[in-house]
Amino acid sequence: MNNWSWSYVGEIMPDILKGLWITVQATIYGSLVSFALGLVWALALRAPSRWVTWPVSVFVEFIRNTPLLVQLFFLFFVLPGWGLTFAPLTTGVIGLGLHYSTYTSEVYRAGIEGVPPGQWEAATALSLPARRTWIAVILPQAFRRVVPALGNYVIAMFKDTPLLAGITVADMLFQANSISATTFDYLEPITVVGILFVVISYPTSLLLRALERRLVR
Amino acid sequence: MSADSNHPKDHTGETTSPAESGGGAELIRFDKVTKRFGTHTVLDSLDFTVSSGKHVTLIGPSGSGKTTILRLLMTLLKPDEGTIKVGGQYLTHEEKGGKLVPAGEKHTREVRKKIGMVFQQFNLFPNMKVLRNITEAPVHVLGMDKDAAEERARELLDLVGLTEHLDKYPTQLSGGQQQRVAIARALAMRPQVLLLDEVTSALDPELVAGVLDVLRDIAHTTDITMLCVTHEMNFARDISDDVLMFDAGRVIESGSPEKIFTEPEHERTREFLSAVL
Amino acid sequence: MTGALWGLFFEGLWITIQLMVYSAALAAVVAFSVGLARTSRFWIVRFLSGVYVEFFRGTSALVLMFWLFFALPLLGWQLVGIWAGTLALGLSYGAYGSEIVRGAVQAVAPAQREAAIALSFTPWQRLQKVILPQAVPEMMPPFNNLLIELLKGTALASLLSIGELTFQAKLARLSTGQSAQIYGIILVLYFAVAFVLTRIMRVLERRAKASIGRAVPKGEGWFSRKLPVEKQGPEALATGGKP
Repeated sequence: MNNWSWSYVGEIMPDILKGLWITVQATIYGSLVSFALGLVWALALRAPSRWVTWPVSVFVEFIRNTPLLVQLFFLFFVLPGWGLTFAPLTTGVIGLGLHYSTYTSEVYRAGIEGVPPGQWEAATALSLPARRTWIAVILPQAFRRVVPALGNYVIAMFKDTPLLAGITVADMLFQANSISATTFDYLEPITVVGILFVVISYPTSLLLRALERRLVR
Repeated sequence: MSADSNHPKDHTGETTSPAESGGGAELIRFDKVTKRFGTHTVLDSLDFTVSSGKHVTLIGPSGSGKTTILRLLMTLLKPDEGTIKVGGQYLTHEEKGGKLVPAGEKHTREVRKKIGMVFQQFNLFPNMKVLRNITEAPVHVLGMDKDAAEERARELLDLVGLTEHLDKYPTQLSGGQQQRVAIARALAMRPQVLLLDEVTSALDPELVAGVLDVLRDIAHTTDITMLCVTHEMNFARDISDDVLMFDAGRVIESGSPEKIFTEPEHERTREFLSAVL
Repeated sequence: MTGALWGLFFEGLWITIQLMVYSAALAAVVAFSVGLARTSRFWIVRFLSGVYVEFFRGTSALVLMFWLFFALPLLGWQLVGIWAGTLALGLSYGAYGSEIVRGAVQAVAPAQREAAIALSFTPWQRLQKVILPQAVPEMMPPFNNLLIELLKGTALASLLSIGELTFQAKLARLSTGQSAQIYGIILVLYFAVAFVLTRIMRVLERRAKASIGRAVPKGEGWFSRKLPVEKQGPEALATGGKP
């Protein structure tokens, strides 16, 4: 039986906060990658040619239906063999971004399909070129529906960042583990990390719900 | 839909006795019942009684509290003040040590068994076939034997002219057919009172007659008490013993259908009737 | 690839499937009890179940798994690895599942409850005969999504050195060094399991809907797993999307 020690918590906090900073960076960069790649998939899936839509949909379904952790291992162990060597954090960001892009692409799809068909017809009636139709008419309207949903995936990604510890990224979980490995006392580090996740993600999700109420209708 | 106007006239599962002789004991009593929704008072210290076997129709402009009365009786709503008695028993209260206290779920359920209701939107259970919609409550609430309940359900389906549909799901029936199943389902519980809440309002016009025919048949051949909210004035005239005119949560006029429909006393009643007739 | 490696993979795959089945069973129990508790008449029951959901949705499943495996023994309970994995996955995916249950139960038309009251059913009968039979078919597509997420989540257990598929891949990599081939193969294995699960869930959905007299629209797309992004909102997304 082991007792909770606040002074121990105080000692480990600096390392854990260092880990939190890595966690936050991974989330932010990973989100940006997923937003951009997701849009690429969403637009590619609307391409007129089956030669585009088929490979893209197979790829997207494959990534979406296989474990992120294994994908991270794949990137971490396989890419260097192909001459692509990245820092672990960069590999982690690519993995997170790629995995979540297969979810954000669905968000974009729903957002685009949510724009009433009359809007397309009106754009055609005004002879707007395709590019203009997308940029000036469709995407701005899809945006309102898309933002809260994307936000939810950012929170989900945040909670998945501990997986990066598996490829030696020094995130919160990695820090907690390495502290514990030297002190043999796992209780405080892991408990603190678990609670930090709740403390950050719960208020963020409340904020998102509020944002959604304002944006959607 | 030919089935909608085709049903046996000569048979019901109820004990038959002419409605006219059913003017018996008091069955329903509202005593100073008040119901508010927020700041809006829907029923204002309402008193009224219905005698056993009577067919009473509630008319009045929408928002006048007619449906609220049915929902209070069905315990879908609770009164804010006042008491409701059914067959001499308090509905939403029970007597404990000489005092009236809010009723427990069990007491309410016991008294509620005397009441059946047919809803505007039918509310059949989509997960059960027609026959089971009718037998489920008699078997599991009244503890009726399954075979007896099915036998009775077949009689009732015969009464509403839908025997051939007993093995279908509600979604496979027309609105009029669904509503006739709902009537059979309510009757299967052998209630003393049948509440009819605008039962034809959700139906396509051509399906209304079939449902009203069934209800007329029940009204004229059984001694069941009926409390009816409807906009079908001809139907109200045809089946009612009494008509109550509601306005702003009060009964402003009551009497036989002849009197109310031909020589209403109250100005509001005249306005209302001229608007709907 | 030698036969020995394939043996290693199938051994791992078998443990992955066991881990998934146990966790899914626990998650289902949690989902229904917590989800129904959230519709309770009593505020304290609603509050406590709400705290459960927000906590387990708020934290990271992997951190929870580490906590159960490394920290809990220090409080006096030692869990075998596979049970720490099962518990962590079952508790957190159960929290997501409870939102599916709650949403589906609340989506049943209030009039159905009223009709059941009018027939004097007890509260338990109302739930069991009227509400759940209508709610369960609606739960199937989001449960399908959740089950796939759970399958993917089982890979986390490899970090506790539980010998499931991802862990076996690690062993294989250490002994052969053929990373690309090994991780490529197990990704395909995971995908195959996910594909089969989705097909099974589609059949179950069709059966459940047929039992309440409704037809299921043919699934579009070849994978037929639809993410719940149409119904925007944290609830809808959190329930079946990506936890």
